[in-house]
Order: sequence, then structure tokens, then C-alpha cells
Amino acid sequence: MPPPPPPLLLSNIESLPGYRVTACLGLVQGSTIRAKHFGRDIMAGLKNLVGGELRGYTELLQESRQEATSRMMEQAARLGANAVINVRFGTSSITQGAAEILAYGTAVRVEPA
Amino acid sequence: MEIFILLLILGLVFGKMAEGRHFRGIEEREAAHAAVPVTTLRAPPPGARVESVRLATGSVVVAVDYFKMFLSGWRMFFGGEMKSYTTLLERARREAVLRMRESAPGADMFINLRFETADIGGKAKGAPNVEMLAYATALKFHPAGEKG
Repeated sequence: MPPPPPPLLLSNIESLPGYRVTACLGLVQGSTIRAKHFGRDIMAGLKNLVGGELRGYTELLQESRQEATSRMMEQAARLGANAVINVRFGTSSITQGAAEILAYGTAVRVEPA
Repeated sequence: MEIFILLLILGLVFGKMAEGRHFRGIEEREAAHAAVPVTTLRAPPPGARVESVRLATGSVVVAVDYFKMFLSGWRMFFGGEMKSYTTLLERARREAVLRMRESAPGADMFINLRFETADIGGKAKGAPNVEMLAYATALKFHPAGEKG
């Protein structure tokens, strides 16, 4: 089994402080669409009466965002990048009960300044 | 009709209790984290020697209670600020920032904070389930005096 790729550096600003960008490799993105789990939906329906945090959904969206981010990082690694800068997230509700999570950024190669 | 009034009272009592508790918790945690600045600056402060960089995120999904939903129905009729939803989103936003801070415990500063708000759709009509996401670049500086 090949070793997992080294973790890429991520930032949501136009540079990577402490590093110098040596090559810009273009846009990379990752996304996932997750449906809500039926059981979680029932719990959330009850929670809608008293308000407050919907922990099940928080976790679901967190997992989805991690998945989208790692897909973006895989794409960047395939391009030979070691960092993704200016990362942005987007969330949209596609239909009732499903959400798309998107992560996108610019893949770059950096070296310590 | 009885059920409707029961739900309204349930929402009012438990919603108010939960909101008060949450705000107190948020204030305590914010005080504990106050030493580390969170900014929307797009670059580290000039002269800062950065040791490490990472992306930090924090998120929360919140729902309104039945009473607030009822109030908002009236608001839609008369117009004006929906105070009941304003406090809900304020709670969510502050909670998201706190979770972001907690996800990067060693950070000395957060720059370029962004918020994302998304309605992921509640089951009942007019009951928004809102996801609030806060993300920023977490910086760790070289200890003072050390050559970077």
C-alpha cells in the first residue's frame, strides 16, 4: 500500500505566511452532497419545538466538510501541490433534506521563505 | 387548539431557558479566549515571524423554537426586525467562532475570518435550520527573541 500523501498546508488568505509560493497550479475543488439520516431527521423535528442546536446535523455537516476538503486536497496532491491557499467553503440546500458542501481553493507549491 | 397552545408554551419556556444558558456559556468561553485576537485582516501583522499556519473551522446547526416561529409569523405580517431570529443567529455565530478557536488550541492569532450561513431546511414549513460556519487561518508565532 502506498503511504498516504503528506498533509497539505491550507490557508484562507492569498499567501502562506512563512512560505514562498514557487508555482501556481490552478483551481482545485472538492464537494459532497449528503442526505440527512431519517432518525436524525425525527430528532431534529422534535428539536424544532424547543429550539437550540441540532447536534446530529452539526456532526453531519462537519463530516461532509471534512470529506469535501480531503477531496480537494487529493486533487491538489495529484497536481503536485503541497499547499492550497485562499480556501473557501460553500453550503447550499439542494432539496429539502440534502445539502451540498463545497470546498475550493488554489493549489500551489511552496517552499519555506 | 390545545396542542397548539401547549407547543407554544413548551417553545417559550424551554427555548428561553436554553437560550439564557447558552448565552451565559458563550460569555464564559469568550472571556477565556479573549487573549487570542480573531481578525478579518488578510495578512499577518507586519514583522510577525510565523512558525506555523493552518486552517481552522467551527460550525453549528441551530433550530428555532416553536414560539419564535410563531412570533416570526406575526413579524412577516407587520414587518420590522425579527428580534427572535436575530438572537438565534447571534448565538450561532458566536458559538461557531468559539468552536473554531477551540479547534486550534495553540494559535496566537486568527486572520481572515469568514462566516458562511446556510439554510439547510427544516422539516416544518417556516422553521429554518441554519448552519453557521466560521473559518479562518490560524497562525502560531515564533517565541519572542528566537531567530526565525
